[in-house]
Amino acid sequence: MSRRPYVREVSKSRWFLGQPRYLRYMARELTCVFIGAYSVLLLVALKRLSEGREAYEAFLQALASPAGIVFQAVTLAFALYHTVTWFNVTPKAMPIQIGEAFVPGGVIIGAHYAGWAAVTVLVLVLAEAL
Amino acid sequence: MAKSSKPVVWGLFAAGGTVTAFVTPVLVLLTLLAALGHVVGLLAYDGLHAFASHWLGKSLLFAIVFLSLWHAAHRLRITLHDLGVRSDTPVAVVAYAAALAGSVAAAVYLLRI
Repeated sequence: MSRRPYVREVSKSRWFLGQPRYLRYMARELTCVFIGAYSVLLLVALKRLSEGREAYEAFLQALASPAGIVFQAVTLAFALYHTVTWFNVTPKAMPIQIGEAFVPGGVIIGAHYAGWAAVTVLVLVLAEAL
Repeated sequence: MAKSSKPVVWGLFAAGGTVTAFVTPVLVLLTLLAALGHVVGLLAYDGLHAFASHWLGKSLLFAIVFLSLWHAAHRLRITLHDLGVRSDTPVAVVAYAAALAGSVAAAVYLLRI
């Protein structure tokens, strides 16, 4: 080993800045902050719901505050980014083999997008009708 | 058989990632619409109360909250490592404990409805 080994200086906390690929990776990983925060919001909704009508309606009021709207708009963007990045790696995460051949990645991804569209429309229609 | 908790941890992460990929955008859209003045039937008190009173509604709501929390906890653990936090064990314990506590709370609230 060389007596003066070359050590490239890489920051442990800022290594992903300045490289678009790494930045996209970090953006994907940080979607979890918003997914987690929104799960907590759902948890609070359940708590308020269990406390009765007044508590729940106060919760809906809080959602409509400027901070609530900004939080939900940003969360929507990150949730969509999570969905897109999650579906786009499905052929790698769960390749499907039929006989010798693998199902093309585009087919697996496309099936996920079709399923997503169906789930979204179904939820919107049922939520409106209930 | 290998004695490792990895398959369980990762399996729940993957299940949560899939569930959140499919339903979180539309849920956020619904609550955002409610915040902007259009409260759909499901999100009105009577609608959500009726939905959460049925065992199927309870199960769905619990599954969504539990899997989303677990997914977020696991990914946060990995991301904190990427951000230079190298004390993995305490991070993992806190993240998973928080996800577990949130899930237990969700179950308690649902059972009260």
